[in-house]
Amino acid sequence: MIKRNQLVLGNKSLKQITEDIVAPLERLPSKGWLGMFLSAKALFLFYIIAIAIVVSTGMGLLGVNHPVGWGTMIITFVFWIGIGHAGTLISAVLFLFRQKWRTSVARTAEAMTVFAVMTAGLFPLMHTGRPWLDFWLFPYPNQRGPLWVNFRSPLLWDVFAVSTYATVSMVFWYIGLVPDFATIRDRAKNNIRRIVYGALSLGWRGTAKNWSHYEMLYLLLAGLSTPLVLSVHTIVSFDFAVSNLPGWHTTIFPPYFVAGAIFSGFGMVVTLMTLVRIGFPEFKDYVTIDHMEVMNKIIMTTGLMVGYAYGSEFFIAWYSGNAYERYAFINRAMGPYAWSYWIMISCNVIIPQLFWFRKFRRSIPVMFVVSIFVNIGMWFERFVITVTSLHRDFMPSNWGMYAWSRYDTAILVGSFGMFLTLFLLYLRLFPAISIAEVKPVKNVGYEGGHH
Amino acid sequence: MASWKYGMAGIFETEESIIKAAYKTREMGFKNFEAISPYPIHGMEEACAIKRSWIPYVTFGAALVGLFGGLALTYWTSAVDWAINVGGKPFFSLPAFIPIMFELTILFAALSSVGALFYACGMPKIDPPIIDKDLTCSKFAIFIPNDDNGYDESKISEMFRALGASEVKKAEF
Repeated sequence: MIKRNQLVLGNKSLKQITEDIVAPLERLPSKGWLGMFLSAKALFLFYIIAIAIVVSTGMGLLGVNHPVGWGTMIITFVFWIGIGHAGTLISAVLFLFRQKWRTSVARTAEAMTVFAVMTAGLFPLMHTGRPWLDFWLFPYPNQRGPLWVNFRSPLLWDVFAVSTYATVSMVFWYIGLVPDFATIRDRAKNNIRRIVYGALSLGWRGTAKNWSHYEMLYLLLAGLSTPLVLSVHTIVSFDFAVSNLPGWHTTIFPPYFVAGAIFSGFGMVVTLMTLVRIGFPEFKDYVTIDHMEVMNKIIMTTGLMVGYAYGSEFFIAWYSGNAYERYAFINRAMGPYAWSYWIMISCNVIIPQLFWFRKFRRSIPVMFVVSIFVNIGMWFERFVITVTSLHRDFMPSNWGMYAWSRYDTAILVGSFGMFLTLFLLYLRLFPAISIAEVKPVKNVGYEGGHH
Repeated sequence: MASWKYGMAGIFETEESIIKAAYKTREMGFKNFEAISPYPIHGMEEACAIKRSWIPYVTFGAALVGLFGGLALTYWTSAVDWAINVGGKPFFSLPAFIPIMFELTILFAALSSVGALFYACGMPKIDPPIIDKDLTCSKFAIFIPNDDNGYDESKISEMFRALGASEVKKAEF
């Protein structure tokens, strides 16, 4: 029999596991956390101001204009929503595949999903230009007929997909947290903490009957989230693929987008988990180098899938014999936006190849740097898809460039402030590893450990 | 507001002893006892003779409601109530409605299942009594309410002791 590596190091008792995981909640914040939180918070405030200026003045402050009508807002929307996908993949898909290693990273990955989707969700709402009318996106009885939304439009499918995804992933995450909130409630030394976490725990008691229903629900939510996560990025890709534009109008888009989403999401999980391990050293026994290595393998695999998609896209553009499609791709690689194409190729296809070597897969500094490149590369992938396809379409008289402005930079950079503020608050307020899920796997890899 | 029950509780320190205790408690003829643990224990359902959860039926029903509700919404708004010709496409353009139907299926199924869990577990409970603070951390317990068949405090206490309970006490749960 193959000996399994231990999932939780240090042969811990149940009590030690609880204490390790809730430690960050029960002590005063470290200087490092405070420093990061204040920086993130400052960036978030900057973001709010940038949004206020853009919304009050108008979308014209961004570089969007004819012919490039979709810019930073849409690119960054797709970027963040893609980040979210790794969280659902870890929490739902790997749960269905009975991958026990997922337990230590699932909670934080799901939190990342929720915050990434929240960050992403703002972009299309702002991109409408008049966000105070965004309720028009939903079919509701109104006094204009009633005039209904156009259900044939992929943009409307997106409204349903993203709002369903946000709701279901938030519920899934919260349900996972309920027993852990009860644990914190029962440990609480002061009354406020007991009341707050008691309310959050919804009065969870952990009887065998409760657990039986709970485990069934968890399985059902995992089973529902799996097709959901695939559908979300598929539908996001329909926003592009259902149009007639060369470079967008391709059938490869759904699987290509889903693979890219998982790739970028795992990049972000690795970035965040390396930082969490540094900030909370007690988590190193739960999120071990083995965990990080497995995620790096997924990054490499999905990176290869994305690379295959880039190649296949190019080949089909040539093989189709369609002059416009061919031109769109030659223009991507050699036109005025070639730099962005080659940033994308280097970051997404070339750099992750380092992970062929075990030494690099298990090195924290290497994986941190690679994951940052993956994040950059995947933002540029969306930039390439959106901007290079739009800027030169069928008629040269209709060509132009994207007029990147400082407000584009402010919106892009500021969105990280929102995401990181939420994420850092989460690390201090919620148990960042699932206590109730880690306990059953604590014996994996030990002498006499079952399963 | 739920009213709490009174009865006897035995606290156990290990997973093996709680499973054994659950089997034994059931053999003794108790029906309404609760086995409390900080995490789901493999084999506990068999030990307590708990039937498979009924939540999937709710999920399936709600999924059907979402699916056909989505169909009804898109059909009625696009083809009946105010039909608008969009690009010459049929008013009832089913393929374009599938994403909406799919998303509503998932949304209804997921939220209703969560609602079913709340119902099944009686959540939210406001400030429920706690037998021992460690039951959500490192210890396990069997609670037998005083309205169960053959409830006898001295007999139960003896049984818990024999099963290796670290503590036996009267409790509210």
